[in-house]
This record gives sequence, structure tokens and C-alpha cells, in this order.
Amino acid sequence: MAARSEPAAIAAPLATANGLRHQYLVMAGMALALASAPLLLYPVFLMKVLCFALFACAFNLLIGYVGLVSFGHAAFFGTAAYAAGHAAKVWGFPPELAVAFATLCSAALGLVFGWLAIRRQGIYFAMITLALAQMLYFFYLQAPFTGGEDGIQAIPRGRLLGVLDLSNDLVMYWVVLAVFLGGFLLIYRTIHSPFGQVLKAIRENEPRAVSLGYEVDRYKLLAFVLSAALSGLAGGTKALVFQLASLTDVHWTMSGEVVLMALVGGLGTVFGPIVGAAVIVSLQNYLAGLGHWVTIVQGLIFVACVLAFRRGIVGELGRLLGKPL
Amino acid sequence: MRTFSLLAGVAALALAVAGPARADFTGGKVRIGVLNDQSSLYADITGQGSVVAARMAVEDFGGKVKGAPIEVVFADHQNKPDVGSNIARQWYDTEGVDVIVDVPTSSVALAINEVTREKNKVFLVSGAATSDLTGAKCSPNTVHWTYDTWALANGTGSAIVQTGGDSWFFLTADYAFGHALERDTAAVVTKNGGKVLGSVRHPLNNPDFSSYLLQAQASKAKIIGLANAGGDTINSIKQAAEFGIVAGGQNLAGLLVFITDVHGLGLPIAQGLILTESFYWDLNENTRAFAKRFGERMNGRVPTMVQAGVYASILHYLKALEALGSDGDGKAVVDKMKAIPTDDPLFGKGEIRKDGRKLHPMYLFEVKKPAESKGPWDYYKLKATIPADKAFRPLAEGGCPLVQ
Amino acid sequence: MTELLGIPAPVLFGQLLLGLINGAFYAILSLGLAVIFGLLNIINFTHGAQYMMGAFTAWMLLNWAGLGYWWALLLAPLFVGLTGILIERFLLKRLAGLDHLYGLLLTFGLALVIQGLYRNEFGSTGLPYAIPAELRGGQNLGFMFLPNYRAWVVVVSLAVCLATWLVIEKTRLGSYLRAATENPTLVQAMGIDVPRMVTLTYGFGVALAAFAGVLAAPIYQVSPLMGADLIIVVFAVVVIGGMGSILGSILTGFGLGVIEGLTKVFWPEASSTVIFVIMAIVLLLRPAGLFGRTG
Repeated sequence: MAARSEPAAIAAPLATANGLRHQYLVMAGMALALASAPLLLYPVFLMKVLCFALFACAFNLLIGYVGLVSFGHAAFFGTAAYAAGHAAKVWGFPPELAVAFATLCSAALGLVFGWLAIRRQGIYFAMITLALAQMLYFFYLQAPFTGGEDGIQAIPRGRLLGVLDLSNDLVMYWVVLAVFLGGFLLIYRTIHSPFGQVLKAIRENEPRAVSLGYEVDRYKLLAFVLSAALSGLAGGTKALVFQLASLTDVHWTMSGEVVLMALVGGLGTVFGPIVGAAVIVSLQNYLAGLGHWVTIVQGLIFVACVLAFRRGIVGELGRLLGKPL
Repeated sequence: MRTFSLLAGVAALALAVAGPARADFTGGKVRIGVLNDQSSLYADITGQGSVVAARMAVEDFGGKVKGAPIEVVFADHQNKPDVGSNIARQWYDTEGVDVIVDVPTSSVALAINEVTREKNKVFLVSGAATSDLTGAKCSPNTVHWTYDTWALANGTGSAIVQTGGDSWFFLTADYAFGHALERDTAAVVTKNGGKVLGSVRHPLNNPDFSSYLLQAQASKAKIIGLANAGGDTINSIKQAAEFGIVAGGQNLAGLLVFITDVHGLGLPIAQGLILTESFYWDLNENTRAFAKRFGERMNGRVPTMVQAGVYASILHYLKALEALGSDGDGKAVVDKMKAIPTDDPLFGKGEIRKDGRKLHPMYLFEVKKPAESKGPWDYYKLKATIPADKAFRPLAEGGCPLVQ
Repeated sequence: MTELLGIPAPVLFGQLLLGLINGAFYAILSLGLAVIFGLLNIINFTHGAQYMMGAFTAWMLLNWAGLGYWWALLLAPLFVGLTGILIERFLLKRLAGLDHLYGLLLTFGLALVIQGLYRNEFGSTGLPYAIPAELRGGQNLGFMFLPNYRAWVVVVSLAVCLATWLVIEKTRLGSYLRAATENPTLVQAMGIDVPRMVTLTYGFGVALAAFAGVLAAPIYQVSPLMGADLIIVVFAVVVIGGMGSILGSILTGFGLGVIEGLTKVFWPEASSTVIFVIMAIVLLLRPAGLFGRTG
């Protein structure tokens, strides 16, 4: 049971902090900062951060608010990347339809994975998601339309609604920012809705939730599908941004990466996954010049995080401020 | 060496942060980006050795083109196409990189090929093997220097069939690159009158090959072709020796074997292996002199053909820049590179074909017996030289749109 | 010639035997992982790196100290086990009582660091290590050629697994260990130094990984990444066997080796995925694994 008590302990203050004003303030600040960021930073880098931030938020919805640790989330991210890539490149879908189709594919996959996995708890849940994701990886490795390890390359970004030319990085950035904020708000509304309250109740004490008459499995499944769909939204968008969908997106290390992002930022915090994603993506980007030292530095960061910042950056910050973030 | 790369990393970080503010990068200097595998499977074949080779080329050229300083930066693409294309975009867009060199792993090279074409920069491939780079996916911004799958398949395949190895069974790594290598070699084998008896496809990075080797043994083929790379090839060869495959009369043909792989296997196991490369450090005076200088900076290691290709391709690129007097238009630079005949100490005289293929001889080597080796890295005997006009896929057969 | 599903019977026997040999590695590695999980409640993702360290220690002993294979078989587990004890004392100890996730991430980070350091020192291609003279050659079994060294691997792995199982199930020390797994506080109250037992157990689990590494050195390439992909498979073995179940991990290790071996004949591409298919099925039907207790 230790498996579920720790994230719960981190996020506990949230249960009492419903609709906090300071969170809206932070949110507004974040939106403003992101809107002005391209003036200072390279837009493609920012888009990568946003895609992974959305992915990490979707993952955090499960681990932080339902207490389910998925080790197979790359499956949803990668499936959407392939779906969007294939739809845009081979079927000639416009970008909005390609991403919508990708999100739908991931949601459907989430329904299947979730239906199988939510019967188990803790580490066994994690292992089933891992096993299913590995099987899917094998499928994508074999399926001809994915292009094997070459992936689907040169995916066209196209024109949004036939008007906006997305091949311009800055235009693409505004679209990605809108997608990200939309996804983020949806998650935020979800965790503060009655539905979200039930999820938290399940996390805190599942037998009691059952005895109160909630159909626990249906709630879990719904949360799982939502998380999968949003991961898919992130993956599909990412495929358009980088014009590439590859096996990296479905590999188990991608599932590990999203766990890391959520952890570094702070499990069960609202803004943590965003900060975590920003930190990890920046590290990957700017450490690339370290060459053969990259993996060593990454490893040391893991170790330091687990030993010193177990609540994650935002979690620690929230504790210092005395307010959940 | 290490502190240096750390410093370079910090410098790169500082540049990356300051990057977008300075938009007039190309004017001041020529910046060469070495993008390869620094940390896993191909780090010994490419890695820091390629960075050293690039720096040597810059030094040998004099450090400046028409007064503009030349810089070398590098990064690790981790063999992932998305990481690679991401770095390439950032290099081109914000850090003033004019040319990307090396790039092992075909999937990453194909991704960089697209980005480079889109941004109209220059891409000098040395590490990647796929012949698609000068075939269906060829680009006016890309030069493929050192070798490709067709050249390897052709060199090793035809030589072996002609000396009696006329029935083949393939151990193929189950990914697009392995399939391509098997397909190209099988074509060469059948064209030379040989037969392909079967193949088995194993997952990538698979440690145990005994099962596949037994299947190969059961096929009774004279030659077991290894259409895989890196650790997979090494483990197949090692275990073939253990299971007495070679002692039992079957022979192995490594289709993608580098000198570092032979070093990793050791001569007792690798001896007798036949392989094709375009460069060996002990070919002539020039290559030996280069290897000596390289070794002084790389802990006594010798350059691989990929690292030699990085050196030579950069040298030729700089010559083209000097003739052209600018580096802004990538396509114009590559056109110039194609117009000037190539001549460098490592690959000798040659040329770059319309489809971006660099032409030079390929060499068929046999790995020495332990008794024949006179010192460290003395591993190869030259069996045959395949002249430049026979070594690579004929221009018409590649299907490159630039040729029509 | 008799045939089974289109494959000649002798070939099938050969493949079964090979599967068993590979299973021997899974068994030793998953045994170590299971022992560690049982007492420390930590999923030791450094296990693959420690397996690699075992192989490299053998290489270093040979090339730097002139000590051959048999010495390595003894010294490498001791040395690597000692580094494991240090890791437990200074790092893992701080995670007692926390979610599995943290232990997993810490050990995963350590694995990245260790593999990176070895790669920087020895290169990524790896190094050769010869089969010891006593075990060269092989036997012709009629249906296949069995190298002596592979036979040795199976025999010695079985012996080590059996010995470990006996110690844990049949001795007083083992009963303390099992008791401490169930209820550490109570065992501590009975005057047994549980923290030290935990440390030594981790050291032992790690030593098993190093032992497997030495066994592997002559047949697989001694390279920094040799354990990187293995860990996830071995972990799957432990889950299928039942987390923390000693006997479960041993039997499952051998069993899955055989199943994987058969897959290599009928559908070679899928041989690295079959283990996850089995894991999914087992977890859906028997949530606590084949040999685990539900609870």
C-alpha cells in the first residue's frame, strides 16, 4: 500500500484548496510568460516543452489524482504521433483533423488498456500498462505504415482550417500554445469538478468510495481514457511540430521520461508537470553539447531529485509558500 | 579531453541562450556541427573521434577560409531521429551552423537530410549507411562520403560468391536498415550466380544468437551473412565461434563490420572474417601519418573509416567554400563541391557524383590471424581493391530525382 | 525424421536446450532482484548495470591483475557486492518506507551513471573475454553441438539457485530473513539487527548479478550497455513469478528462457516481446504472479 500513500501525502493539501485564487494568478502569469516567450527563446524548443508539458500533465492526472502509476503512457503519446503523421502525410488530412483523429485513436486505445489494467492496483497496474505498451511497440515495429526505425518523416504541417500557414514556426507556436492551454484548463477543471473530487476520494480510500455507492471502476476508467486522450493530443501535436513520428515515441524510455518529468516538477501538483517538462527538455537540449557526459549528468539529476527534492520543484516551492501550486 | 568537452558544452549552452539575438551569424564565420552518437552503440565508430577528425581537418586547412574563422561544435543525437532533427533545426536556426557532418544511424541521417534540404544548408554524411541518401531520398544539399549499404553488399557479397561461397543464409537485424542490407546483398549474391537459402530476423540488441546460429547451421548454407551491426554483429561472430559453426565448414560474412568491432572481438575470434571498408589506417604513407596524429589525441586508437570520411569531407567542403567565397547558399556550396574534383590524403583522388555520391575505391579486407599481426591495431590484409567506378551503385539504378 | 509443427524434432530439442541456457541467466538475475525486492521493497534497476560490472570486473582482473576466470567467479561478486553495500548504506537507506517509484528512479539514475562512466572509460564497442581453457570445445549430442561452457553455465546456475533457495527456506538465517520481510519491527524487537540484514541482503542480490555477469563474459560481449536492455526483461520475469517469491523467480526464469527459445524458432521477430505478452496474461489471470501470494 506504500505504493499509493506517498503521492497522496504530497497532494493532500489540494483536497482542501478548492478553486484557490492564487492558482488562477499563477495560471495567468504562466499564460503571459508563454505568450511572450518566443521573443526570447527559440520557438521550436518552446513547442517541444509545451507538448511534453501537456503529456506530463495528462500523466499526472492519473498518478497525482487517481493514484494510478502507468508505465505505459508512451503508447498513447506514440500512437497519436503515428496516427497524426499518417493522416496528414498519406491521407492528406488538414492539421486540425489529423490531430483530432490522433486524439481519438489514443482515447480508444486508452479505453482498451484501461479496461484491462484498472482491475489491478499499485505495481501490478504499472506492470500491465508496461506489458501492453511493449506489445504495442512490437506492433509498430512490424507494421509497414510506421516506417520501422526511420519513422514517418517529413510530415506536412499544412494550413490550419485552410488559412493559417503552420510551416511558419511562430504561427505554429501560437497554435501549440492554444492546444496546450486548452488541454491544461480541461485538466484543471476536471480535478476541481465533482468528478475530480470522487477521483481523489478513490485515491484516498477506495473501499470507502465503494461503500458510498460510487462505481469506482467506471470513474477510474474514465480518468484513464481522459489521460490517454490528452497524451494523444500532445503526441499528435508533437508529430506535426517536428514533422516526425518515430519508435522513440512509443519506446518504454518515453514512458520513463514522463514519469521523471512529473516527479521532478512535483507529483500531484497543478503546475509541477509543466515545470518538470520544461526542466527536462531544457536539460536534454542544452546538455546535448556535453556529448558523452549527457547520460551521466541525467543519472545524477535522477539521484539528486529522489534524495533531495522528493516533492519536486513545485511541490517544494508550494510547501515553502504554504500554498498548493 | 573531458574537461574540454565539458567547457565546450557550457560554451554551447551560453551560445544557445544568446543565440536568437544575433541573426547575422553566417557573415562572420564558418561553423561546422558534428552530430553523431557520443554515448551508445556507435560512439566508438563515430563519437569523439569524429570531432577530433573534424578539428584536424580545420587545422590542416589553416583555421580560416578567406579570413573567416572556422569553428567546430558537436552534439549527441542518441541514435534517435527526433533528437537529431531537433538539434539540427536549432543549430541551423539559432546557432549559425552552416554544415552538419557525420550522423551515423540511417534513420537519423534521413531526418537530417530533410531538415538540411528545408533550410538550404549542407549535409556531409559519413557515418550513415543507407544508400537511399543518394537514391530515392537524394537531396541537392547532401553529400554521402564514406560508404553505403550497396557498396558493402557489393564488395563483400560478390567477392565471396566469386570465391565459391555461393549459398547464403542471413541473420538479419529486424529493422529497416537490416532489411535493406539483406535485400541489397541477396541481390548481389543472386546476380553473381549464388543462391539464398533463407534468413532469420532477430530483434535489435539481442544478446543471444545461438538459436539463430543453429537455424543457420541447419540450412547447410556455405555462408552465413550477418545483416546487422554493432553489438549484434559482435555477438553473432563470438557465438558462431563458440558453437563451432566456422570449424564445421560454414563461413561468416560480416556486412557492416568496422575496425573497432574487430578490436572488440579480438583476433583469435575475428580471424578470417572478410569485410569491405573504404579506408584502413595502414594503407599507405598518408593514412599512417594521419593515424599517428589521430592516435596522439585519441589514446592510441586508430581512425575508423567514418572518422576518416569526416576529415576528408570537411577538407573538401572548405575547398569549395574558398572557391565560392560564401557559405550562405547550401545548394550552391554542394554544387561547387561536385564541380571540383576531390583530392585528399586519406581517400586519394575522386569526385562527387550528381546524386551526391562521393566516388572512391572500396577495399576488400581479410582479418589477420593472431600470428600475422605485428602490433596493436594491425588487423587487416588487403585482398582486393574495387575501383571507384565499380564500387558504388550505378547512377541510373538509384532512382534519384536529381539525375533525371 | 519426426517433425513437430513443421520443425524436425532434433532441432526442437536443440532449441529447448538453448532456451534453458538463456533461462539460467534470467534465473540468477531475477533471483537477485526478487531477494532484494522481498526484503527492501525496492525494484533494483541498477541490476543490469551491476551485471555489467561483474563482467567488466572479470575483464579487469584478467588484464590488469592476471587473475583468470575462476578467480573472477569468486572475486567479482565480492567486489561488486561490496559496492552494492555502499549504495545501500549511503543511498537506498534513505528511501525506506517510501513508494516503490522512488527506489526505482534512484536505481535507474544510478544505472545511467554507472553505464556512462564505464562507457567513457572502456568505449562502447566492448572488450573480448575468452572462454577458460578448461571449458573450451563441446559435445556432439547428435541433435546439436553443445559447447562445454554452456553446459557449465546451466549446471552452475542451477546449483547457485538451489543453494540460495535452500538457505532462505531451510536455515535459521533464512527464517529471520523471511520474518523480516513480513514484519521488520517485530524481528528487530527480537534482537536481530534488521538494518544490517537489509544491507547484506542487497549486497548478496547484487553479488548474484555480478556472478551472472562473469558467467556471461565469455559468451556475450563485455560491453557497458550489455545489461541495459536486460533489466526490463528480468524485471518482467520477477513479476510473472510473483514479486518477492524466490522459487517463483527461479522457475519462471528457466521457464521463460525455454518459451523465448521456442519463439525464436516459430516467430523470431517476436522473441523479445513474448515475455510481455505472458506478463500481461499472467497479471490479468493471477494478479500476484504465478507463485506469489495474493494479499
